[in-house]
Amino acid sequence: MSKAAEELCQRLTDAFGARVHEPRVERGEVTIELRPQEAFAVMEELRDREGFQFDQLSDIAGVDYAAYGDDEWITQEATGTGFSRGVDGFTAGRLGLTGPYGVHEIHSNTGRRFCVTYQLLSVALNQRLRVKVYPEEDDFPVVDSVVPIWSVANWFEREAFDLFGIMFDGHPDLRRILTDYGFVGHPFRKDFPLIGNMEVRYDEERGRVVYQPVSIEPRVLVPRVIRQDKRYADRFDEEAASDG
Amino acid sequence: MAEISSYTINFGPQHPAAHGVLRLVLEMDGETIRRADPHVGLLHRATEKLAESKPFNQSIGYMDRLDYVSMMCNEHAYVLAIEKLLGVTPPVRAQYIRVMFDEITRILNHLLWLGAHGLDVGAMTVFLYCFTEREELMDVYEAVSGARMHATYYRPGGVYRDLPDRMPQYQPSPHRSDKDLERLNRFRQGSMLDYLEHFCGKFLNSVDEYETLLTDNRIWKQRLVDVGVVSPERALQLGFTGPMLRGSGIEWDLRRKQPYEVYDQLEFDVPVGTNGDCYDRYLVRIEEMRQSVRIIRQCVEWLRNNPGPTMIDDHKIVPPAREEMKDDMESLIHHFKLFTEGYCVPEGEVYAAVEAPKGEFGAYIVSDGANKPYRLKLRAPGFAHMAAMDEMATGHMLADVVTIIGTMDIVFGEVDR
Repeated sequence: MSKAAEELCQRLTDAFGARVHEPRVERGEVTIELRPQEAFAVMEELRDREGFQFDQLSDIAGVDYAAYGDDEWITQEATGTGFSRGVDGFTAGRLGLTGPYGVHEIHSNTGRRFCVTYQLLSVALNQRLRVKVYPEEDDFPVVDSVVPIWSVANWFEREAFDLFGIMFDGHPDLRRILTDYGFVGHPFRKDFPLIGNMEVRYDEERGRVVYQPVSIEPRVLVPRVIRQDKRYADRFDEEAASDG
Repeated sequence: MAEISSYTINFGPQHPAAHGVLRLVLEMDGETIRRADPHVGLLHRATEKLAESKPFNQSIGYMDRLDYVSMMCNEHAYVLAIEKLLGVTPPVRAQYIRVMFDEITRILNHLLWLGAHGLDVGAMTVFLYCFTEREELMDVYEAVSGARMHATYYRPGGVYRDLPDRMPQYQPSPHRSDKDLERLNRFRQGSMLDYLEHFCGKFLNSVDEYETLLTDNRIWKQRLVDVGVVSPERALQLGFTGPMLRGSGIEWDLRRKQPYEVYDQLEFDVPVGTNGDCYDRYLVRIEEMRQSVRIIRQCVEWLRNNPGPTMIDDHKIVPPAREEMKDDMESLIHHFKLFTEGYCVPEGEVYAAVEAPKGEFGAYIVSDGANKPYRLKLRAPGFAHMAAMDEMATGHMLADVVTIIGTMDIVFGEVDR
């Protein structure tokens, strides 16, 4: 599997040259990055060109990198009183960011907040490819719609728009899909609180369903922890050594 | 009376044939559909966002609740993705158990689909037939995990525990005669594998029985043949997977083409349709049930002869045995850390997919090295199928919409996530 992936990665570089960024093979999966302006053209070629033939689009996932690498527990160094214990409860990815992601760095390798990830599948040649496109502006992320290439993208793009607020230029019908009618905000962004902003209940007096601000308290059950685990570093080093 | 050329009707969200909460806005021209606009999301629970706030293992239970008629297959994709990130491989026995339960799940799913599809189209009897067998398989789920549906049985590194030596039996009760009790317990005297073997033997007859009710039934054929035809090219474009793709004549099965676990060591055939209509998809799924029985039999055979561990021995990922925990300090610490904090996985991203009964169920995980996924995206086959509703229904009659929803095998738990 890994050999076929290496070979696909090489062919991608040969065929598309500088238009393909950071082609890499990780855990047997091939990933490439494309510039938003060129993404549509390259993906169309990926579908039609001999040797690639990605005739199916498996999935589109939006990703918000605003809180990438943030943890809630200091694990690297002990203080005079031991390791940190408390969890402030306002860390990104859980309960909303404290500012307009001011306190957090954007950690994605291109320095951009949003990413659209396409999982391509070639039924003809039995190969998979992951394509990542980082929209240029964080405030108004736009990428070209791939609906003309794969019809299935229609609903996947509507979902990414609904949950992340990523705009798809050229989409025939960009409406919300999963959230409620009249919903405000994009719930899967890291600055959207897990408990939500509005709740719905039936009002006895008025005899109808009413919307009101959430009444539950945010809480943290398990803090988010990042540990630099030596085992994995060793294991992957060994694998790399044995592959090479 | 004024002449009305076209009008709109609301199908659902509360409609017995909508298979859950689907609101379908249909633009009609008389009895003919001009446009179908499905409104989904009424069951949206933000599973993916919830998973981002919990350690990896605590989200396995959410996977059961996505496609709630093929529970273990959903767990499988998620667990495979975590294992890929961690770089661990479960023991072979665990892999056989997983494959066996994937196939049990496939039968469970197809039985519900067949029953519900029959009911929608007007065949009441099939529903009752299917649910008898379904109940027997549910007992296997319960025997192994303690829960009839939401098992949480697959864990990163293997399965929760080995198969039980004894199949649970019905207890005497004032509501049940001794004769009934004896009948119910007749095949539960041995182990779970004995019970399954017996089930496999009689289930093939049951499938034949379902076929006598439907396959040559005139009404069934009138309702299904040439309804919702999808060409192979369109099926690929529309992101169809599983029986929906195979019904259109494309031989594509992840179990065969990109084998995971031990599927490459098992013998089975992949049925393929020719016309791409509802009737072909029906035939494909019926045959899949027979093939699943074939796979289960091979697994039962192997599992009988090969005892062994069902979990890896890495206590950074897998909790130690209760016994060890009681007298070994290190095991106690491992146990405590695992259940309070979980385990951190290395940074990176993976996509793992399995051939779920409905099609390709995939899990895409982005990890930043924490004890929780940074982003989890689930690729539900039903979502792509539902998106094709407009194309499949346009031009058909109103009654055919029900057939088309049935043939898609839609479950809103996974469409809305």
